[in-house]
Amino acid sequence: MTTQTSALPPAARRRSMAPIVARHVEKAIIYFLLLAGAVIIMIPLWWMLSTSIKHPKEVFAFPPTFLPAQFMWNNYTDLFIKAPFHIYIFNTTYIVIMDLIGTVATASMVGYAFARLRWRGRDIFFVITLATMMLPATVLLIPRYIIFNEIGWTNSFKPLWVPAFFGYAFFIFLMRQFYATIPHELDAAARIDGASEFGVWWRILAPLTKPALAACGIFTFNATWNDVLGPLIYLTSESKSTLALGLMQFRGPHRTDWHYLMAASTLAMLPVVIIFFFAQKYFIQGITFTGLKG
Amino acid sequence: MTAADTTAGQVAGKLHKPRLSHLARREEIVGYLMAAPWLLGILWLYFSPFGTALYLSLTDYDILTAPKWIGFENFDTMLTDDPLFWKSLSVTTIYSVASIPLQIVLGLFLAILLNTRIRGLAWFRTLYYLPAVLSGVAVSFLWIWVFSADWGVLNFLLSLVNIEGPNWLTSEDWALTALIVMSLWGVGGGLVIYLAGLQGVPTELYEAADIDGAGRFRSFYNITLPMVSPVILFQLIMGIIRALQVFTEGYVMTQGGPNNATLFYILHLYRNAFRFLHMGYASALAWALFLYILLLTLVVLRSSSVWVFYSGEIKGRAR
Repeated sequence: MTTQTSALPPAARRRSMAPIVARHVEKAIIYFLLLAGAVIIMIPLWWMLSTSIKHPKEVFAFPPTFLPAQFMWNNYTDLFIKAPFHIYIFNTTYIVIMDLIGTVATASMVGYAFARLRWRGRDIFFVITLATMMLPATVLLIPRYIIFNEIGWTNSFKPLWVPAFFGYAFFIFLMRQFYATIPHELDAAARIDGASEFGVWWRILAPLTKPALAACGIFTFNATWNDVLGPLIYLTSESKSTLALGLMQFRGPHRTDWHYLMAASTLAMLPVVIIFFFAQKYFIQGITFTGLKG
Repeated sequence: MTAADTTAGQVAGKLHKPRLSHLARREEIVGYLMAAPWLLGILWLYFSPFGTALYLSLTDYDILTAPKWIGFENFDTMLTDDPLFWKSLSVTTIYSVASIPLQIVLGLFLAILLNTRIRGLAWFRTLYYLPAVLSGVAVSFLWIWVFSADWGVLNFLLSLVNIEGPNWLTSEDWALTALIVMSLWGVGGGLVIYLAGLQGVPTELYEAADIDGAGRFRSFYNITLPMVSPVILFQLIMGIIRALQVFTEGYVMTQGGPNNATLFYILHLYRNAFRFLHMGYASALAWALFLYILLLTLVVLRSSSVWVFYSGEIKGRAR
């Protein structure tokens, strides 16, 4: 009792005596730094947005204008006249959707098998799964190209989405970890009620893993939507171009129409930004759950 | 085993065993079925390509004609007869060595600022994290325009403080620096993870340090840093794996130039494989990169026993 009372006052006194002004100054500095950082981070995006609605003449104005004098929204509609943007968007969407279905379905199913079912070789295969995560994707680039080339899949979308149906180690790992956090009583009860193993997964456990499935889906969406190297290697004809490839053709060899290029870039980023704002909860859960950067 | 045991076992077996083993067998079959896509995937998309890459790295192969076995000639060429191999290796290494520590320091610094019970935390976190989800060609274009020497926003802002900005992307001296600066834009990805780590540090530790009269710097050095060191280790390894495989920026923004100043390793590999169709040589390049990543990862892991602090109890709390 005596030691407690004698130990507490110095700290308490120091705290009460800490000048309130100093603390306010400190808070102000923190806010200033954070705001400055946020502004710096937003400048490039703002720069892209404002250029995307500028009149071509204003693009090369000096000093540059941060807010266009004239809002040229038709820069965006012009894009679709200048290039088959609707085809790029359709192609990219198709690949993304197929990739999404494959990744999520396989990760959920295989993750369940690793977390909840006992089968011989399971633990060894799990170690192998982790090992494949360490394997740099670029080591597999050439041999996979050769494999897909041999079965005639080049210049088709298949090399870009079929692998998703065979699973990605990272998402299988994520789902397995998530299943491991669900109490076993649930599936035990379902089994006593006569549910099959498959039914336990599909009807009881899979619905509980929606947040993790959402994280898998969002990461897949992002990676596939933004992928450059895959489409670059596999897709050769114009009609098969994705947004990434289409954008690259948009940059002329000599002269670049920056207002169009920025409008096209904005368009390409838009779905990612929208999904990010609506689903950032799952983004943050996903990366803090696995410790991986998005 | 005595006779009594056997009979007891047989009785028990008759009563329970068939049912149990039947269930266990069914579970096993379902397990294999559900894992089947991935087990086939490992074979088809990982093991077989991995082996193929190893085999091709020892051949001369242009896709059109059959691979020709040449032993270690590709590796010999790489080390002694391909100056661009060394150039790309050094470009990629410089890029990694500069951008990864900068990202870690900046990310941690911002996370600490955000972890001071400020208002608008979620708002700031969203803003900082946004660029981390953007990547690909569109981001590269955006940055070409930011870096534009005459009309870009960066040089304009520098001119406000009387600095004449360089020709960022077209200058051999500045192009790689520009890409390193650009990589810091994605600092929010790490920030969110550090923030989660910081929020898991028990406040009692800071209170105890405060009572003991430790200053802010000492609290940071003796509490914060050790507590988030496992997160830093993980970010460091992931950062190495990612930075050494950077491709898009070099391909889209600078085409590896000027004068190979931004010739990233994967760009060199891509050109060899898909432009010159030197598939054998490119496979050797891929294998060399794999070994390089492996080596760096092992060095970092070995060093981690010195600087990474694990606290079982508190780690559990952080979950």
